[in-house]
Amino acid sequence: MTLDIIAYLAFFLVTALSYGIICLGLNVQWGQTGLFNVGVAGFVAIGAYTSALLTTPDAAPRLGGFDFPIWVGWIAALAISALAAAVIGAITLRLRADYLAITTFGVAITIQLVALNAEKATGGPFGIGFIPRPFAGLQEQPLLFNLANLMLVSGVAFIAYVALEKLIHGPWGRVLRAIREDEVAATSLGKNANVFRLQAFVLGSAIMGLAGAIQAHFIGFIAPENYLSAITFQVWAMLIIGGSGSNRGALLGAVVVWALWSMTGAALSIVIPAEYQARAAALQIVIIGVGLAAILVVRPRGLLGERRAPDSTAG
Amino acid sequence: MNLQFFADGIVMGALIGLGAVGVTLSYSILRFANFAHGEFIAWGAYATLVLMSAIIMALGGEAGTLGALSFGWPLLVAVVLAAVLVGGLAVGLDRVLFARLRAKGNVIVMVMASFGASMALRSSLEFIFTSSPRYFTREIQMALPVGFGIRLTPDQIFLVGLTAMIVIAMDRFLALSATGRAMRAVSENPALARVAGVDVERVIGATWIIAGMLATASGVMLGITVQIRPYMGFDLLLPLFAAAILGGIGSMQGAILGGMIVGLSEAAAVQVVGANYRAAVAFIILIAALLVKPTGIFGVRE
Repeated sequence: MTLDIIAYLAFFLVTALSYGIICLGLNVQWGQTGLFNVGVAGFVAIGAYTSALLTTPDAAPRLGGFDFPIWVGWIAALAISALAAAVIGAITLRLRADYLAITTFGVAITIQLVALNAEKATGGPFGIGFIPRPFAGLQEQPLLFNLANLMLVSGVAFIAYVALEKLIHGPWGRVLRAIREDEVAATSLGKNANVFRLQAFVLGSAIMGLAGAIQAHFIGFIAPENYLSAITFQVWAMLIIGGSGSNRGALLGAVVVWALWSMTGAALSIVIPAEYQARAAALQIVIIGVGLAAILVVRPRGLLGERRAPDSTAG
Repeated sequence: MNLQFFADGIVMGALIGLGAVGVTLSYSILRFANFAHGEFIAWGAYATLVLMSAIIMALGGEAGTLGALSFGWPLLVAVVLAAVLVGGLAVGLDRVLFARLRAKGNVIVMVMASFGASMALRSSLEFIFTSSPRYFTREIQMALPVGFGIRLTPDQIFLVGLTAMIVIAMDRFLALSATGRAMRAVSENPALARVAGVDVERVIGATWIIAGMLATASGVMLGITVQIRPYMGFDLLLPLFAAAILGGIGSMQGAILGGMIVGLSEAAAVQVVGANYRAAVAFIILIAALLVKPTGIFGVRE
């Protein structure tokens, strides 16, 4: 019994930390640079599908299935998400700040559309199964399997955290914050604001893509409906509640919001009769939507946010 | 080449245009991209549906139709009432949410808040009405030939005519009325408008009401020609933004023209590549506009 609980906790933490890694990516974009990415789901999906296509065993009706090792898929997920972000960023980052929001929103919708319709590559609405799972040999023992994956995911999260802390507290991070706070001043010191913004956008999106691949491999199955705008919204709620600007806040927010999400989901499924389950799911999103808006009004710093909340954005 | 796609494209273009006028006005006057605008469209459609059903019920269940149209006068009364309600919803949302954030002066936080509001508004519709589609009417219409091998249903002709009337009325309102002129002044230079004695709060209120009313018209058009769903406005959001940016932020003519271009391109794309990728058309137009002329066709600023 206790072992079951530990196994579940490990499972819960793997999922929460994979969201935490997405939040770390978003924190580079929003927390440090003030870039509003509404297409988080799209970049996560790019990573997930890239890695799935490269690492799944050969599948007759579908393109891809190259049977590469998992780590190749993960690196490719990083690279392809970065590439997509570079193209989008190059087009939009020189324009008004909220054009990035609109364009990334379009990216998420278009990726969703491709995932749903390009059946030859993505499996269409049925998605891609048989994605190799790390430590697949332990699958028969859920406790060991979940714990091993927890080690792996927390390892990745830790490396990402340490690397980002180093970057953010180094010269590069200082320039980002300088641009966010006062673009004119930063530019007059010879810093090309658009180049730094593009770097931050690409780095953040690459991290999101990696997290997408990690999630895909842990679950072993992906489908277009995993990448609806609800994910974007959850990740934003995680970062805002945890405290944007803080990497620890990003990870903490992910765990707290995912816990709240899982608990309200479980509670609603017990309290509400089966025929109203779809409605209950809608209600869950209403609650989180109102919560996000309320936090923006009442406590924009979140739990662990920067002392000085960003009050002016670049662009 | 079959020109029938023109018929669907024109109607879609008209309703995208009406929605985009709301987007472009609120964008240029309130200075942020409102992601909750699509929800005004969906709420407008559902409010009209509820009010229309109430009127029909009060009359003893007889819906009736007007001439060759598929709906009767209860719908027309309901849409006017719903437009007022949704205008009120927009003002209310501004009071509880956007006004407070506006005071802090961060545009992107307002965009984010509108994203949260959009999720909450859309999911409440899903909670109340479930995700199964609804219809204003079950009448089936014969399409009439109007030349060049194009056929239009009476509803489509009526809706395009109605759009033209709304656009003319809006144009006169912005050009001649005191509120309309104040709105243009705030859109062009808010600081100068304030110094010149323009009541900016009143302008903001008027902008929200107009945005909500036009969104309702757009939502009801979509409801009549396609169907009513909780996601109907959200799915329209990208075409709206694409139309507003293509036309030039702040330009009403631009929004209508942009809407027509997006609507016709979507309909043409359905002919060429099929309906699956319809939603990507708006994205391609958006990217093209941002690459070639980010100020849009009629845009001047920035």
